[in-house]
Amino acid sequence: MEPFARHAGIGVPLKQSNVDTDQIIPAVYLKRITRTGFEDALFAGWRKDPDFVLNREPYSSGSVLVAGPDFGTGSSREHAVWALKDYGFKAVLSARFADIFRGNAGKQGLVAAEVDQQDIELIWKELENHPGTEVIVDLQGRTVTCGAVTAGFQLDDYTRWRLMEGLDDIGLTLRTEAEISAFEAARPPFKPATLPARTA
Amino acid sequence: MADTPESTVNPAAPRTLAEKVWQDHVVVPGEGAGEAQTPDLLYIDLHLVHEVTSPQAFEGLRLAGRPVRRPDLTIATEDHNTPTLEIDKPIADPVSAKQIQTLRDNAREFGIRLHSLGDAEQGIVHVVGPQLGLTQPGMTVVCGDSHTSTHGAFGALAFGIGTSEVEHVLATQTLPLKPFKTMAINVEGTLRDGVTAKDIILAVIAKIGTGGGQGYVLEYRGSAIRSLSMDARMTICNMSIEAGARAGMIAPDETTFEYIKDRPHAPQGQDWDAAVRYWSSLPTDEGASFDAEVFLDADALEPFVTWGTNPGQGVSLSDTVPSPEQFDDPNAQAAAQRALEYMDLAPGTPMKDIRVDTVFLGSCTNSRIEDLRTAASIIQGQAKDEDVRMIVVPGSARVRLQAEAEGLDRVFKDFGAEWRFAGCSMCLGMNPDQLAPGERCASTSNRNFEGRQGKGGRTHLVSPVVAAATAIRGTLSSPSDLTAGQSQFQEA
Ligand code: SF4
Repeated sequence: MEPFARHAGIGVPLKQSNVDTDQIIPAVYLKRITRTGFEDALFAGWRKDPDFVLNREPYSSGSVLVAGPDFGTGSSREHAVWALKDYGFKAVLSARFADIFRGNAGKQGLVAAEVDQQDIELIWKELENHPGTEVIVDLQGRTVTCGAVTAGFQLDDYTRWRLMEGLDDIGLTLRTEAEISAFEAARPPFKPATLPARTA
Repeated sequence: MADTPESTVNPAAPRTLAEKVWQDHVVVPGEGAGEAQTPDLLYIDLHLVHEVTSPQAFEGLRLAGRPVRRPDLTIATEDHNTPTLEIDKPIADPVSAKQIQTLRDNAREFGIRLHSLGDAEQGIVHVVGPQLGLTQPGMTVVCGDSHTSTHGAFGALAFGIGTSEVEHVLATQTLPLKPFKTMAINVEGTLRDGVTAKDIILAVIAKIGTGGGQGYVLEYRGSAIRSLSMDARMTICNMSIEAGARAGMIAPDETTFEYIKDRPHAPQGQDWDAAVRYWSSLPTDEGASFDAEVFLDADALEPFVTWGTNPGQGVSLSDTVPSPEQFDDPNAQAAAQRALEYMDLAPGTPMKDIRVDTVFLGSCTNSRIEDLRTAASIIQGQAKDEDVRMIVVPGSARVRLQAEAEGLDRVFKDFGAEWRFAGCSMCLGMNPDQLAPGERCASTSNRNFEGRQGKGGRTHLVSPVVAAATAIRGTLSSPSDLTAGQSQFQEA
């Protein structure tokens, strides 16, 4: 995972609330078994509409998505994060994220920055009045800047630290292998195991 | 969930069910307090795997040269892509076929137990775990699927995870997690005839909203919950995610123990006694406090159905389609406007006048044996509306066998419904079971998002009771409408 400190890229206003994961990436694209190459799947339904924001210049080459509240609701599909990343997005701004989406984003190096809806609306205005304006996402200071608008955002310290360090989760956990083994040794014997398999 | 200093400092302080299960699984506690607290490392007792969210996790393991730490705490099944017709033929869609083949290869390579299409234990992952007795109280259960919350019905802490987390659990059998907050959903009273667990949960979601449970574990409590069967409790916990919560739980009791006893993976002999003692210590202590509480009156509930494109957009069946102006919040107004357009519904239309093309009985919300029995008892001896197609998809091959042993398949077939093989099917339409554009469906599944059941398809979420009555009348209905309709018919 690449360390993330600060990013500046074209902001894309997505003026909708409740952008659920079925819209971010429709289920048909979940059939793939690769970890990359999902850029064509992002908002596939909406992109059939020529007026959709990602079909318009200069938004089509944006890398900071500015969305309405409750972004990423619905299923746990991490493909939603892969699709955003593969398309080129580095950060999503929204007043509220679904928990699983936020977790998945943090693990994949996509910044999910919680910005007040008032500020989101100011940024939308800025992006619509001046298409192509860059949004600067500063993880160090936890601020976003777009034209004249500067706003703070919420992101918990742990996720922020990991994003900035570009740390892999599993490697981090395996540093505590001794504790995991000790925990396993103390598990009650009545806990079920899947093997050997028993069937009805 | 050690986010209050009291609960860590004083272990005798009253605790909730969720807090107990959490604390019993902490391998390495997080450091710091409040917002700055690092996650606890939590041990995972059971990891359920299916073909959609696992390929990239296995690919990650292979790339890093890591084994699966505990294949004996892991089980896989094929469900999302499996066809529900002609299951002995090769899967026609090459992408579906490849995803399933990949799961089979990975299971073999990493030594994981897999129940494949055609196997008696194959089925929707959330139906399979409980029916094998693998889901038990006080466990931590995860799966790369948001409806893992289903298993919370047993008093387990069960939640969906993303593919990176799937890989993490495969490699370490643990997950770094921040404590959730707790919310009590108190449902007191007695359900009226024809009102079910599905109506409770749809009413809860309409009440707290699709974001209302965000950050919380919901604990469903109260007399109405206590009186429910395990199948019904699973329906409720299943849709916790639709209320924005990652997990829902119900305290284990005699009903729970009775369900687990003698299942293939239930504890035996002394282990059983020790397990029941532990399980009995799990319910929320007297005096424990929740971060939030919600109350719902079971006596007042009616069958609940959705009119819109998120599960919170629901009303009582006897109500009418709302108009956007009825919502105060401008976002909710805009969402309602958009939903009505997509659903092609006019405000003020009585819900009972809405005609459907398809009835889908299935999904991890409502495809267990009781759901099939309930629906069968309503359609028995009745005639299906000629223009409605009804598809019945048991949650697992085992449920299908059981239903056939009870003769339920005959009831469905005589009625004119299609009796299918087990899987997720039309819940999300990854297999050929999909709605056509504009097609309207009464569905016992859990999501009515745009295009969820097929591109352009329109979904009304309903209980199995309403699904059955709707298949008879052709419009959204409950069994009480049937009696009225019939007596009118006789008078005329
Ligand atoms: S039945 Fe539907 S909700 Fe349940 S696991 Fe399958 S696709 Fe997901």
